[in-house]
Amino acid sequence: MTTTDATQHGSAKLTAAQLEPPLKRNGLVRFLADTATMTRRNVLYLVRRPQVVVFALISPIMFVALFNYVFGGSMSVGELSYIDFLIPGIMVQTVMFGGGNTAIGLAEDMGRGVIDRFRSLPMSRLAVLSGRTAADAARGIITNTVILTVGFVIGFRFSNGIGWAIGSFLLVLLFGYSITWAYAWMGLKLKSVEAVQAATFLPAFPLTFAASTFAPVTGMPDWLQVFSANQPVTQVVDAARAMMHGGDIAGPLVRSLLWCAGILLVFGFLSVREYRKG
Amino acid sequence: MKRPVETGHQAIIQAENVVKHYGDVHALNGISLEVDQGEVYGLLGPNGAGKTTLVRILATLVKPTSGRCLVGGVDAHQNPMAVRSQIGLAGQSAAVDDLLTGRENLEIVGRLYQFSRAEARRRADDILERMSLTDAADRQVRTYSGGMRRRIDLGASLVGRPEVLMLDEPTTGLDPRTRNDLWQLIHQLVAEGTTLLLTTQYLDEADELAHRLGVIDQGKIIAEGTPDELKERLGGDRLQAGPANPADMSRVTAILASVGDGEPYVDERRQVVSVPVADRITSLLAAGQAFEDESLTLSDLSVSRPSLDDVFLAITGKTAEDDTEPGAAA
Repeated sequence: MTTTDATQHGSAKLTAAQLEPPLKRNGLVRFLADTATMTRRNVLYLVRRPQVVVFALISPIMFVALFNYVFGGSMSVGELSYIDFLIPGIMVQTVMFGGGNTAIGLAEDMGRGVIDRFRSLPMSRLAVLSGRTAADAARGIITNTVILTVGFVIGFRFSNGIGWAIGSFLLVLLFGYSITWAYAWMGLKLKSVEAVQAATFLPAFPLTFAASTFAPVTGMPDWLQVFSANQPVTQVVDAARAMMHGGDIAGPLVRSLLWCAGILLVFGFLSVREYRKG
Repeated sequence: MKRPVETGHQAIIQAENVVKHYGDVHALNGISLEVDQGEVYGLLGPNGAGKTTLVRILATLVKPTSGRCLVGGVDAHQNPMAVRSQIGLAGQSAAVDDLLTGRENLEIVGRLYQFSRAEARRRADDILERMSLTDAADRQVRTYSGGMRRRIDLGASLVGRPEVLMLDEPTTGLDPRTRNDLWQLIHQLVAEGTTLLLTTQYLDEADELAHRLGVIDQGKIIAEGTPDELKERLGGDRLQAGPANPADMSRVTAILASVGDGEPYVDERRQVVSVPVADRITSLLAAGQAFEDESLTLSDLSVSRPSLDDVFLAITGKTAEDDTEPGAAA
């Protein structure tokens, strides 16, 4: 056997005696550790695709500016200034549309050989999904911080105390996290990146526009209000808005949390089932 | 390669009558095989024969419709986690992350094998060196050449120091030099005692690496033996001739039948006839003389070593290329 360039450096290798065995972990610890590893992997993917990060930042900035300056002047939203009304809506809209990346990312992974590698490793299977949704939720922290910053520059202010302000931010993140599981299911179900790209907008548009996101639902026709007043985006936006500026918090907050729990349970279950099938 | 000295007859991979159906598509139709510790078992077959499906089942990625798989004595589908810590998978059905660096890829795989952060890093360094990728360790994999990519992929399958390595078409699409480098790496691993299950479409690769071969076609193992045994079955070399004028095909066939040592095979599409020969020189000279005597003009006259096509021809009576995907057949 001849030695070639590819092999001749392999002399100073670790011997079997120098190797440490794998850590003994129970199911839960393994799940958490693997979720952390997979989150890191997905975050690295996010930051290495600067165009994706830039677009994810530009579109909410554009929405804040456009909606505020285009509609702000002619929109009557009660006692709040339009920018104060708008910001919680834009935040929820952003996590709603941002979820599309979860679907695309998972469909991409499933279409590539790397998912087979993960499946051949002694790792928690669920971590492929939980690491993906966690990374996308982490992205939500950045985009929402940018939105708030831009909002502050053009006049947005919290007026209900720092505690509720933080609470509203966390509520939006929680809703965003729940929604990523719905998108995860979509990505696993549709499989092809092209199909996912086309499909993510279908639920996102009616849910974010037929809601209290940009205008009060009371201005919408009765038949539409049946949907818009009761769907989750309106509950979350109303709760976040009340937490930021005052008003009835308890009602919409409880309904928001119930929606989040329901979405997480249903789509968490469906996603895991779909992933196991593949 | 010589098979290592037998240390008792201990099968480390056992497949018992494994069947896999995807709806109406019968990917595997009852496959049984045993691979001994330290042995290199090659699964040889065309695209769509079921090689990858079998590897995916043995690697716990897919559950079989029926049948049983034991790896290291552990049932692969009742206790997949235990099997996964013993195996490494690489090749067309495994891959690495393009946007991560070589080192990051290996460290993440190490973490997912449940090694501590420090141990994952140590193993990554070790493998980078072994795969001659130390200089490229901190570059994103998308900048790697085809050969480097295969090496990092093979490296990722070695992070857990697996007893059993499964390589699914490890050199498909590589240039000859890179392919040879990869073969040398595989030889080294085998010399260190790793059991290897290898799939390939190439007889020369199977010949180079495998101690024992299973020829797989339409989800069944249709022949099994050492490369030498299989080649013996083929009758060794083949004499091939093609007429300049297609109308002369039957005359060429008759001449080859008379000088060869077996049934001539007529390939209508390529307009050539071939026949197994025991002594290549004698047969070639005899055929040349016969063509001369009959004043037949030829477009081709050659002697070739057996190819995968010939293995298939000898065993199934049809060529590997003619074979369709089981999906299309069903």
